[in-house]
Amino acid sequence: MRDFVFHTPSTLAEALTLLETYGDAARPMAGGTALVNFLKQGLLTTEHLVYLQRVPGLSDIRLESDGIHIGALARHRDVEISPILRQHAPLLADVYARVATVRIRNMATVGGGLAHADPAQDPPLGLIVLDARVRLVSSGGERTLAVGELFTDYYETVIQPAELLTEVIVPPQPPTARGVYLKFLPRTEDDYATVAVAALAELEDGACRDVRIALGAAGPTPIRATATEQLLTGQHASEDLIRRAAQAAAEQVDPLSDFRGPADYKRDMAVVFTHRALDRVLNGVPA
Amino acid sequence: MPAEATSRVLRLRVNGAPYEVHAPNRRTLVDLLRYDLGLTGTKEACSVGVCGVCSVLLNGRLVASCLLLACQADGGEVTTIEGVAGPDGELHPLQRSFIEHGGFQCGICTPGQIIAAKALLDENPAPTEQQIKQWMMGNLCRCTGYYQIIDSIKAVAHA
Repeated sequence: MRDFVFHTPSTLAEALTLLETYGDAARPMAGGTALVNFLKQGLLTTEHLVYLQRVPGLSDIRLESDGIHIGALARHRDVEISPILRQHAPLLADVYARVATVRIRNMATVGGGLAHADPAQDPPLGLIVLDARVRLVSSGGERTLAVGELFTDYYETVIQPAELLTEVIVPPQPPTARGVYLKFLPRTEDDYATVAVAALAELEDGACRDVRIALGAAGPTPIRATATEQLLTGQHASEDLIRRAAQAAAEQVDPLSDFRGPADYKRDMAVVFTHRALDRVLNGVPA
Repeated sequence: MPAEATSRVLRLRVNGAPYEVHAPNRRTLVDLLRYDLGLTGTKEACSVGVCGVCSVLLNGRLVASCLLLACQADGGEVTTIEGVAGPDGELHPLQRSFIEHGGFQCGICTPGQIIAAKALLDENPAPTEQQIKQWMMGNLCRCTGYYQIIDSIKAVAHA
């Protein structure tokens, strides 16, 4: 690992000023699980590490009128065991519980994970189907955008060098919404997914009023399966329709061949797991 | 870059004892423990946070010391395998149980196994077998002595 200056700002304003001052020569760091790995392997070098964990007030999980606010410095484990999330967004608590091992979940933060933007990560899929938003703050102001709008490519996001992701906002879900997260793990339990699917559906009089599906490890970013959603929205989900909607996932994914399998295999598995997820949320079939 | 900008004096408590160490900012916690403090009970194997042998507790939380910069532990409280036994050297119930149930073979993974198991029992003193397996699945044993490891933890959990 190369030498660097280690900054420990104690306020958000101070952290933002440091990022602005040092520009491309600086990197923000939260839990460090991804960044320290990259630094150790020489995949990334930086002159100034801006360590965020000493900034107070950015790790709370709060229930407010517009939804659940999860501070960017909350650890994965905090989300997994949060009584607020267990009660109001159990799908998200389950998704975070599926990440790696408890040791990593004790270190990795919500904001750091999203900024890392590995398309095989679990959390973005849960956040996307829950219509969650992120707040990005810089010295000049702030903006919010949908989690799905955050990712642009492998390990790339729209977050600017002098911007920090400060919180995630999960809007209230209709009480009838049913969600599921399926992670295909043919190797080990703590692995990244070979493919992963999150689905959330709301039924009304037996028809599919709203359905959201997101696929992971299936392309350069998490993928919202909009064509699959359109086939189902407003329809009574027959066995045949679910089969066709799941099949449509094959056209929406763009997986890489790697040691978890060839691209064609992953495309097939995306269809299989989308089918299982839809069966679960639309027909109540146990996954 | 001048060395004073890329190194610092770290103050932390390890197994209850205060330490003040001057270390480069790039020092990982596992290296600080092993090379600066001479606490070689904590091992490093995979170096990428997967295998679990570098497990320590930081402020009571189970963490991978190979993925933490020592700077991140500045001001913190670290527990390593050296701090698990009682002050008079009396073995921790988990240590005794690993001996009684043959919970190790070559021994390299054992410090991490015991630290991880301690973190589990600190949080949940009576875990089910499934909870033990789920919690411990990130601690690899290349001798594959997993049944005995689970037995060792179960015996303490149900004691």
